[in-house]
Amino acid sequence: MKVDFQHTQAAHCENGVTTSLLRHHGVNQITEPLAFGIGSGLFFIYIPFMKINNGPAIAFRTQPGLIFNRTCKALGIPVERKKFSSPEQAEKILLQCLAEGRPVGCQVGVYYLTYFPKEYRFHFNAHNIIVFGKEEDQYLISDPVMEMATSLSSYELQRVRFAKGAFAPRGQLYYPKEKREVTTEQMKKAIRSGIKRNIRDMLHIPGPIAGINGIRFTAKRISKWRDKLGPKKAGSYLAQLVRMQEEIGTGGGGFRFIYAAFLQEAYAYHPLEELVDISKQFTQAGDIWRSAAVQAAGIYKGRIGSQADFDQMRDYLFAAAEVEKNAFQALSKIKWPA
Amino acid sequence: MKKEEIPQDLGALGKITGEVCYVVDESGKYTTVLSNGWEVKSSALDVAWKDVEQRIAAAAEKVKNREASPILFFMELRVMDIGIVAAYTGFWKWQVKKHLKYPVFEKLSDAKLTRYAALFEVSLEELKTMKVHEG
Repeated sequence: MKVDFQHTQAAHCENGVTTSLLRHHGVNQITEPLAFGIGSGLFFIYIPFMKINNGPAIAFRTQPGLIFNRTCKALGIPVERKKFSSPEQAEKILLQCLAEGRPVGCQVGVYYLTYFPKEYRFHFNAHNIIVFGKEEDQYLISDPVMEMATSLSSYELQRVRFAKGAFAPRGQLYYPKEKREVTTEQMKKAIRSGIKRNIRDMLHIPGPIAGINGIRFTAKRISKWRDKLGPKKAGSYLAQLVRMQEEIGTGGGGFRFIYAAFLQEAYAYHPLEELVDISKQFTQAGDIWRSAAVQAAGIYKGRIGSQADFDQMRDYLFAAAEVEKNAFQALSKIKWPA
Repeated sequence: MKKEEIPQDLGALGKITGEVCYVVDESGKYTTVLSNGWEVKSSALDVAWKDVEQRIAAAAEKVKNREASPILFFMELRVMDIGIVAAYTGFWKWQVKKHLKYPVFEKLSDAKLTRYAALFEVSLEELKTMKVHEG
């Protein structure tokens, strides 16, 4: 049993699943940057009272699951999403979908994901893959971060679908319910509303820990890490920041480059010169984040580590916040043609 | 990031697959290239694993001094925390916390220990003695 399905690689798993599933359902215009931008994927949050793997909880993108839901909704495509309490039921429904010729998005944990390198297998439960067939005991898997399609035995798949802990997937699967063609008009509208929602999330979200404010808040915290945590733990915290920013899925620069690519693609739908300029600003923001990562690496590798080095780190984040604030303000000033 | 600046520092993932990165080409247009890794982030990953190793070593030391039960050691070895161990074994978190105490652990029934052994993928004997033979 095999669905006629084209594996495509992406930077980020949820973008990739969204893009591939939508293409399969007739939305030929969709690309990873468009899916990310329409789903208002760009974000920043630092949750100070939460720990992930004994380090700070930092994210550069929106909450898992939202990009798929928002992008499909904006394009007028109905979505089915199911969770299960029993693995048997979860497999039964999955097989039913495959028999109907549907490729299916599944949320999985990476700790037991056998085709991942060991170094990447932490208990992280918000990874996304597509199942597109079954041959004997092997499920055919399209994992967007991999170059090639791969496979998992039914036991292995069940294990990752029922991984436990934070964000436990509980067998969650999701797919667009029907094939639909999307008009250029719909694309234009989806792009515009995706940008507007992202402006809201980055500029106007209440509280100090998220959006542009969140970047500044993190910057101030970082400059205190050396005294508060000691050099070693401060280094580990910075390493975690860099992993959230650069590890598989971000496309580099904490998703800022994907967003810049999105604005370039948006220009094809809305030929407004501002979009091209603002795209460059996001590239600049991504470059600042990359410089910050190099600075952080100097610290966690023990090459540098004075308070001045931590202050430099803080200043990189301040600079990124400033560039992103200006970019989003410029986006909010765009006069969209009716 | 410019296309020619994309790092190719072979990392753990790069041996299995290239990663998609978004870069700007000569004409200023966005495109994607595959990267085999970046030294800055592979060293960040190294830091994370060194921290894990240190926590394992610290746990082993605690068990030796009977300040903690072998469950702490295996929890660290499998990169888990109390929440994850509780979720997989079906114990409550407060129970797991109790089982982390050496005297409590010593009195646990084999039935309960088996639940831990299954999660940590070791035999009962290995769970009690902390001797593991990893491939």
